[in-house]
Amino acid sequence: MSTNTSTSEIKLVKKKKKLTPKTIALRALVYTFLITNTIFILFPVLWIIGSSLNPGNSLYSSTMFPKNPTFIHYKELFTKTDYPIWYKNTLKIAFLNMIFSTILTTFNAYVFSRFRFKGRKPLLVTILVLQVFPSFLTLTAVYVLLMNLGLYNTHIGLVLFYAGAQIPGNTWLIKGYFDQIPKSLDEAARVDGATNFTTFTRIIMPLAVPIIVFLALTSFIGPWMDFIFQSLILSSAEKKTLAMGLMEMVTGQSNTKFTLFAAGAILVAIPITILYAFLQKYIVEGLSSGAVKS
Amino acid sequence: MEDKKKYAWLSYIIMGSAQIMKGEYIKGIFLLLVEILTIVFGIPYFAHGLWGIWTLGVTKFHFNEQGVAVFDHSIFLMLQGIISILLILIIIGIYVYNVRDAYKAKEEKKTTLRDKIDRNFHWIFITPGLLSLVFLILLPIVFTILIAFTDYSAPYHLPPRNLVRWVGLQNFKEIFGLKIWNKTLSGVFIWTVTWAVLATVTSFFVGLMWALIVNSSGVKIKKLWRTIFIIPYAVPGLISMLIMRLIFSGQGPINDFIEHIGLQRLGWLTDPHLAKFTLVLINMWLGAPYFMALMTSILTNIPKDLYESSDIDGATAFQKLRHITIPMVLYSTMPLLISSFAYNFNNFMLIYAVTGGGPVNPNYRYAGHTDLLISWIYKMTLNQQQYHMASVVTIMIFLIIAPIVAFSFTRSKSFREEDLI
Repeated sequence: MSTNTSTSEIKLVKKKKKLTPKTIALRALVYTFLITNTIFILFPVLWIIGSSLNPGNSLYSSTMFPKNPTFIHYKELFTKTDYPIWYKNTLKIAFLNMIFSTILTTFNAYVFSRFRFKGRKPLLVTILVLQVFPSFLTLTAVYVLLMNLGLYNTHIGLVLFYAGAQIPGNTWLIKGYFDQIPKSLDEAARVDGATNFTTFTRIIMPLAVPIIVFLALTSFIGPWMDFIFQSLILSSAEKKTLAMGLMEMVTGQSNTKFTLFAAGAILVAIPITILYAFLQKYIVEGLSSGAVKS
Repeated sequence: MEDKKKYAWLSYIIMGSAQIMKGEYIKGIFLLLVEILTIVFGIPYFAHGLWGIWTLGVTKFHFNEQGVAVFDHSIFLMLQGIISILLILIIIGIYVYNVRDAYKAKEEKKTTLRDKIDRNFHWIFITPGLLSLVFLILLPIVFTILIAFTDYSAPYHLPPRNLVRWVGLQNFKEIFGLKIWNKTLSGVFIWTVTWAVLATVTSFFVGLMWALIVNSSGVKIKKLWRTIFIIPYAVPGLISMLIMRLIFSGQGPINDFIEHIGLQRLGWLTDPHLAKFTLVLINMWLGAPYFMALMTSILTNIPKDLYESSDIDGATAFQKLRHITIPMVLYSTMPLLISSFAYNFNNFMLIYAVTGGGPVNPNYRYAGHTDLLISWIYKMTLNQQQYHMASVVTIMIFLIIAPIVAFSFTRSKSFREEDLI
């Protein structure tokens, strides 16, 4: 556009540009784009909210904006279905998984980040290789193993498996974060007579809060989304989880649970969405730690 | 001290004896306990396990004179065999340590228990993790791989009614040789790769586009737009997928709308080609927000002077995008892009929740038009009990995915600071 060399003049040119019809057209285009995309994004969300307020119970008769909205399906969830049990089970599994995963992984990561011992490198490489093997390709094995251990159809069996499966990948993630914490801090603590354990709890943990929150959050959320292992490991009605229950409502042959599903889905989505909103900062940090830093 | 070393040879036979003589009681008793447990409980278990994994059982299911069912359960035997081998390896490790330690001089310093714990801290801290790794990950993997070399499948080779046999490479020959298997494998494989590429590329570019537009200078209240665009990421994935399944279903709102404007209802999820398109579309909705969130921070890290100097050279907006933004973003996100590819390659949940692999493809064995390798494995395992073939395909996925993940991993920060290779 301009061959001027001084930056101030370029800025001047830019300011003038704002007034041209071309920029107005461009801006209109940008906003049209934003608004159509917003509709594209929000439609499913609004649709399911609207559906949950429909008086009927089938997909066919429901509309996005019901004429006489009702909360009856929310009530029915608690009175006519096992929804409270599913919710309780899922919360329990999620919470236990969060504790187990966080402890196991941070312990491992701390040792690999801070200690130099015989066998360290072979172990790290082994973990790396294991990480490559998608954990749920081992469905059959897990099933037989838990059967053998008497942990089939128990929540603890499921949690053990979840916690174990996340170790390889997350150990590397957390270790990478720990590596960035200066070792001089540990040494200073050691000089003051701290043991390895106190160094871990007092120095490393507080400085690694962002990544630990990320780890805890992902291991808490995981069980809400997984369906495969739950359907494999849990079989009885009183052990069922939300993922299993909601899935059945949608895929079941009878087409009469649609609005119930909608209500159930919303009650799951609300707390999790709020959790994400509050912890957004940590999530972005955790996610981008896999990117190449310039 | 020399005197005490004389007894070190004793630890070849009695583990921990030398340590006890040196006065290292805790260590000594622990080692002794390992030996006792191995002899009393370990050896019978190991013997049965090793016999089991070698033969996979010999007694066919039958009722004895008392009317009690008698049988060898091949799969349980195989599992016991693997557990035995893993435990034997661990015990050998402890044994070697025991002998080496016996020849070492006793620690000179007087140490308290606290110091002892602190010195071996890393081993104490890492043991729970390593044990879970061995038994919850390594063990199932070894098991899965071994199944590929057996005939473990319905209807004739299913314990406890029947025994399972080792068959060598026969399953691999069959999957490549038999037409119906071969056809399914190649068909599903091609769709899996196509899907993984399309799913990754579309959500990457839509995410990039969103980030660029939201962050462009003319847009007001950026925070609002960013929040709206991140919503799909915050909604639990499974819920979104089930909602999408309903939205695109035969009597769902999309078809209602189409009918309303006077067109024919479409089989969004039931027409083979359209179903694939719909899946990519849905995945875009689910995946683009993740990339947008990533891009936003990466875009702000691109040095401003690059744009300024290109302004001076008279570059157009498109040229800047093409020659500065995209290369910079691609460079930063390459490892994530690759792991996203690997993730989509195995994106079981989406396929299972939205189409269930359907519509049915009569030319395929146990797979539908939109089945990925992974959901095909799932169906073979849970619905058809074709464990042997499921394992064969599992090994194939592993061989495809492993190099990809390994490559992306060698580029990550955590790995680079570690000079492993």
